[in-house]
Amino acid sequence: MDLLTELTILVLAAFVGFEVISKVPNTLHTPLMSATNAIHGIVLVGGLLLIGEAGGFLNELLLVIAIAFGTINVVGGFLVTDRMLEMFKQRKPPPKQAEAAEEPPRLEEAA
Amino acid sequence: MTYTASFFQDPDFIRVLYIVAFICFIYGLRLLNHPRTARRGNMIAAVGMAFAVVGTLLYDFVSDYLLIAVGMAVGTVVGVPAARSVKMTAMPQMVALFNGVGGGAVALISFVEYREALAAGGNPELEQLIPILFAAIVGSISFWGSNIAFGKLQEILPGRPIQLPGQQVLNIALLAVVLACAVIIAAGTESELLFLAILIGAALLGNMFVLPIGGADMPVVISLLNAFTGLSAAAAGLALDNVALIVGGMLVGASGSILTTLMAEAMNRSIPNIVAGGFGGVTVAGSGAGDGEAKPVRSTDAADVAIQLAYASKVVVAPGYGMAVAQAQHTVRELADELEKRGVRVDYAIHPVAGRMPGHMNVLLAEADVPYDHLKEMDDINPELPQTDVALVIGANDVTNPAAREEEGSPIYGMPILDVDKAAQVIVLKRSMNTGFAGIDNPLFYNENTALLFGDAKESVAAVLAEVKEL
Repeated sequence: MDLLTELTILVLAAFVGFEVISKVPNTLHTPLMSATNAIHGIVLVGGLLLIGEAGGFLNELLLVIAIAFGTINVVGGFLVTDRMLEMFKQRKPPPKQAEAAEEPPRLEEAA
Repeated sequence: MTYTASFFQDPDFIRVLYIVAFICFIYGLRLLNHPRTARRGNMIAAVGMAFAVVGTLLYDFVSDYLLIAVGMAVGTVVGVPAARSVKMTAMPQMVALFNGVGGGAVALISFVEYREALAAGGNPELEQLIPILFAAIVGSISFWGSNIAFGKLQEILPGRPIQLPGQQVLNIALLAVVLACAVIIAAGTESELLFLAILIGAALLGNMFVLPIGGADMPVVISLLNAFTGLSAAAAGLALDNVALIVGGMLVGASGSILTTLMAEAMNRSIPNIVAGGFGGVTVAGSGAGDGEAKPVRSTDAADVAIQLAYASKVVVAPGYGMAVAQAQHTVRELADELEKRGVRVDYAIHPVAGRMPGHMNVLLAEADVPYDHLKEMDDINPELPQTDVALVIGANDVTNPAAREEEGSPIYGMPILDVDKAAQVIVLKRSMNTGFAGIDNPLFYNENTALLFGDAKESVAAVLAEVKEL
């Protein structure tokens, strides 16, 4: 692919990246950081592309390490994000009921 | 491809898989903006990653499956248990570590690519060489910077800023040396040694860049390094002519920058300010720790606290890192349940950057099954605090420091805080009179309506809970 096509894609990806993050509630900053962190684990692909043609022990060793690093980044990143988000899982439906259940005692207290 | 490549190995087919991956990444990130859909978003992004990796493995020039398997197996064996077993409190440093290895991978890949090019006959074309050099520098900075951030959050390294005399000058000099080496290579010098010098120089720079930054700013720094790693991955993509890397890396580079700005805004800090370092390192002019120590504090005991809480009509809990460290969130919820049984309304005041990361407290309290509608964001709870009977501050310090509102000389002046000092009574659960992570004295502790309950947060809360049950 020629350089200009690649630069076009790069610039468009940058704008998509800017636009896709808009009004994130503070609560989600950490999970979002963690998820984007997992996505840049895509460097793993770079290791895969090079290893077939790499010659020599040192190059291969370095690439195996790079692949291992990339895998840690991807697998660990998505898992940790999932663990964080798991805790938000049941939050939406119950609050409504919980609120309804807790409102009356407050009124009694006030009375 | 020339020889009998199957349909699946057709580069066009692989590119289609990449396109599917991009759709997944972008859609996943979109879903991650909302609490209800965030988890699905993360899963979709992970599926996208699977498409990108499987697609790449299909290329007919990708061989050496044994080595690939070894690398991925090692990565999985290290990554999965680490991600599974890490405590919620240690989440931030885990993210730093995962970010660091990503940056390390980029640096290694660029180094190997340069070595390959040399072995094949010399420096690559500039359109490849420049991204390679960029990826090497930024990847190496990101790797070392993240490791330092990990060390600081894990308390292997002191969280306070570590500053050498002339640090700024030294950093600029280092950066100049690294860039000079890069320019020499770009100008045509073929030298593996010089490339190594760049990697090492960037490594030093990564260390020097994060060491002077105070612990309180660490989340923003991790987010910044996250964006760096994304950019370096995109650069590696340009060097390797791979769209998946370009798009994946750049999405993170851009969204990570936005996220960094959002976090910095939440703390009312500017990014250049953070990078310049020294937050919390300087003792506050005006009310330094010196005259602070002379002031009396009022300490209280569990029984007193229990009485105050049980006879209040509105209690606001302001949790911070101390609650996270002590793993007190479950006990806190039990206490809140017990109080609610008595008709006390208990709300939680969540400062956006309480703990070590934005959203840290929400995650912990959600883990303890605290109802979602009881978690109040700063802007919602602050107007309610003047009508609150008791504000219970559990291991939070800097985010409740009224100096941010009142003392212009304070390094945290202007940072939005929880106005707990406006509540009728303030009870602060604290391990000791040490200052918070930012290392700044907190005038809240010396207020007349403030009482301190010293001890481990979990034990203190448990003691109060026992006393409440007795009443």
